[in-house]
Amino acid sequence: MASDRLQDTRWTDRVGMTLRSVFKVDPLLLFFISLIAMIGVVAGYSASEQSAAWVERSILRLGLGFALMLAIAQIPQRWFFVVAPWLFVMVLSMLVAVWLVGDMGGGAQRWLDLGVIRFQPAELMKVAMPMTIAWFLARRPLPPGALDVLVAMLAVMIPTALIAIQPDLGSSLLIMASGLFVLFFAGLSWWYIGGFAALSAAAMPVMWFFFMHAYQKERVLTLFNPAGDPLGAGYHTIQSMIAIGSGGVWGKGWLQGTQSHLDFLPEGTTDFILAVFAEEFGLVGLLALFALYLAVIWRGLYIAEHAESVEGRLLAASISMTFMVYVLVNAGMVLGLLPVVGAPLPLLSYGGTALVTIMVGLGMLMSIRTQRSFLGHDR
Amino acid sequence: MLDRLHDYGRGRRVFRLRILLAALVSLLVILTLLGRAAYLQIAQHEYYQGKAEQNRTRVVVLPPERGRIFDAQGLVVADNVASYQVQITPEHSRDIAAELRMLTEVLGLDAAEVEALNERIRVGRRFDPVLIKADLDEVERARIARLKPWLHGTEIVSSLKRVYPYRGLLAHVVGYVGRINAADVKRIDADAYRGTQYIGKTGIERQYEDRLHGEPGHRVIEVDALGREIKVLETVRPTPGRDLALTIDVGLQGVAAAALGEYTGAVVAQDPRTGAIRAMVSRPSFDPNLFVDGIGHEAYRALLDDPDRPLYDRATTATYPPGSTIKPVMGLAGMEYGLIDPDEPFFAGPYYQIPGNTHRYRDWRKWGHGWVDFKESVFRSVDVYYYDLAYRMGIDRLHQFLTDFGLGQKTGIDLPSEASGLVPSREWKQRVKQQVWFPGETVIAGIGQGYMLTSILQLADMTSTLALSGTRHRPWLVAEERARPTQVELSSPDYWRRVREAMRAVVGHERGTARRIEAPYAIAGKTGTAQVFSVAQDEEYDSEELARRLHDHALFVGFAPFDDPKLSVAVIAEHGGSGSGTAAPIARQVMDFWLGVEPDAEVQPEFTEYGD
Repeated sequence: MASDRLQDTRWTDRVGMTLRSVFKVDPLLLFFISLIAMIGVVAGYSASEQSAAWVERSILRLGLGFALMLAIAQIPQRWFFVVAPWLFVMVLSMLVAVWLVGDMGGGAQRWLDLGVIRFQPAELMKVAMPMTIAWFLARRPLPPGALDVLVAMLAVMIPTALIAIQPDLGSSLLIMASGLFVLFFAGLSWWYIGGFAALSAAAMPVMWFFFMHAYQKERVLTLFNPAGDPLGAGYHTIQSMIAIGSGGVWGKGWLQGTQSHLDFLPEGTTDFILAVFAEEFGLVGLLALFALYLAVIWRGLYIAEHAESVEGRLLAASISMTFMVYVLVNAGMVLGLLPVVGAPLPLLSYGGTALVTIMVGLGMLMSIRTQRSFLGHDR
Repeated sequence: MLDRLHDYGRGRRVFRLRILLAALVSLLVILTLLGRAAYLQIAQHEYYQGKAEQNRTRVVVLPPERGRIFDAQGLVVADNVASYQVQITPEHSRDIAAELRMLTEVLGLDAAEVEALNERIRVGRRFDPVLIKADLDEVERARIARLKPWLHGTEIVSSLKRVYPYRGLLAHVVGYVGRINAADVKRIDADAYRGTQYIGKTGIERQYEDRLHGEPGHRVIEVDALGREIKVLETVRPTPGRDLALTIDVGLQGVAAAALGEYTGAVVAQDPRTGAIRAMVSRPSFDPNLFVDGIGHEAYRALLDDPDRPLYDRATTATYPPGSTIKPVMGLAGMEYGLIDPDEPFFAGPYYQIPGNTHRYRDWRKWGHGWVDFKESVFRSVDVYYYDLAYRMGIDRLHQFLTDFGLGQKTGIDLPSEASGLVPSREWKQRVKQQVWFPGETVIAGIGQGYMLTSILQLADMTSTLALSGTRHRPWLVAEERARPTQVELSSPDYWRRVREAMRAVVGHERGTARRIEAPYAIAGKTGTAQVFSVAQDEEYDSEELARRLHDHALFVGFAPFDDPKLSVAVIAEHGGSGSGTAAPIARQVMDFWLGVEPDAEVQPEFTEYGD
């Protein structure tokens, strides 16, 4: 079929196809992502009190993010898995270093200071975790046996624990999820899944009483009674729900939102940008936005299903589902379904490191889609 | 092989199944979120619409007023003063262009500022005030007030600004506040600091941040659909921070700073009876007011690059070799360990040699001191006496005694960045330098040289302990922080008497090293010099400056009056040369003020203005 088309296509299409064979990109995914990013700029312009400077900075960041994504899309996917275990070991030792060094500094443990740059190992682990587990399991008979499951579980839980004690509960949950998704797609037996679910149910009270910080507990409790703390964590939830609810089906119109513009909404351009959007664009806007998110997730799962290597399949599936978890955690928080944790909405929230992590993930998805041995086949 | 293929096929099937499952779960999640949104935006729309429209409230945080800091006499050393800014609300203005023209003229704004203002007014909402100028002076305020009948949209609003009236005089003790930065955010409760501009960065301001800050209040305001204030529904007043009273006496502080004069260095004056710090000066100093609203990059660079390092607290953070000021304590150790009989004469030649070793440890007096007893060894500062004593004592016992005396560890003063100093030991040298201890290092430790390091605060504390025959009070700066005293126990109280009398002779004896500061009241003390070992190679000095920098540091510790100690003083004058010539007279001036002048007398302005 491809050869039929090649003969009587116009020269523009031929240029397009040649370009595509050189420049690896998944147009469909790029299209969805670009739309979401555009919505982010439009909503952010409103949320930032119509600041042209904000839009400039935001577009610059997005530009860099897209460049990074496209750059990663050009890397052959097998290279990811050559790098993966080393990256994992490196990030793990950094986490241990942060644990030891950060302990002396007291307080802010999330950052590792390398003199020139300071960065969060937790963000790197978000990339390294699914790659490493996929690399490991793809080398084993699947579905994984008991020993392999044990090793993989250790590789998931140790970094998760190190990040959870930093304390960065939001990141640790996302990292754990990205690792567990790989196990799930590798065909982890339902018996293990059931056992793990039961175990975590049992672990919850332990977490609550021994490991969670007071402010974390407060945020969970606030979910059930937001009015109890109108100045603190509950304030965010209440104001966010008023903004969304008052938006109605059609919304108040762009730049016409009142709640977000009256500084009722905290962090309007970052974690709570969805509320600004929902107030101004209503349920219709949310429908379109969520449809786009679902499209990205499904496209990712499609890429996973059609990936040619086992590790590529596992990685693509895990990236897609982790993306879903991001959306769930942020939107759940903004809609008052989940506790307030500092999690960004992918491609919409204004923030540097989170954007980088997400763009790297999407870039890898594109690479898995396009860097195949039979170029142009089965598109 | 077939098995693997079979497995592969099965893995593939399982994978496909699970991808489908994942797609379904994603759909369910998105539908759930949409369902929740639909519930809020359709079913609950009326309710939230009402909340947003009629019952619209805004919570305004009312930041607490920061506690002020006073000296021992009740003089305010960290104050909050009103700072005024002028702003314009376009909605209230009848002719905004005319108003702006008037303000431009009155405030002398330049074209670029006016341009920026116009832009801000254009993009802003009509009911939001736009800041025109901050930090108005009285003249500007008066001019605007005079024009008030024609300025309908203009108003002057006030906020509180932290001010340190004594500027550099107390900069290292009181410290300063500054804008809350990213690092601060991590150590504070964000809710309690909403609306707060400042946080303590150094000194007392940082140490007592919790007490000074207070609790914020809030005001619930009803606003209309566009955000205009309609009425105040509820007000919870903020709880102001607590005021702090320091033990520092600004008058004495001023005298100490003036006495130190042009020298870089430090003076610490302590009441030995309670441990209260009465003066703590570090020179050169800086103006903490510069930091309050954020110091400019260049000004900060200049402070950091200044070779005299004005930001460095030479009283508590810097450490120096204690030099001969350690000798009284060494003598005490010698008596306690039974190594010296204070009355037994000792022949002090021009140098000391470790038995079986040819290296000569020279006395500061080239031809030696001849026969001396313990008392004379102190008041004439005989090095050879202490070389011999230290060698016989050994580093282990020396380390033990000095540590028991509080040296080499933090005094526990209520400041955030106190240095612990160093009393070297075998174990320390092995750990830090991976080397064994050499006997020669014990010998020079006997005169407070070598690795030994103390802060000037520690020296003042050590002197107080000697003045009170072993009763130790933790030094403190804030009135409520007094701690219970501890006691250095010796086998005979006579040892204390011997040491104190020897220190009295340093000033009182006709051949004492500090005889020139003999006063109408009895001073006891000990002079010292700390060797300057090196000058940083990469810094350029002219030759005269270099010569000054190679001078030894002058040290003096002392207490007075001898029979009833009321003040102990430790002084370091960097590159001051000799302790007797430079440091001792500084201590004398400090004691004169404290003992000779009525403490309640009005503070003399020339002292309080010091530090400009």
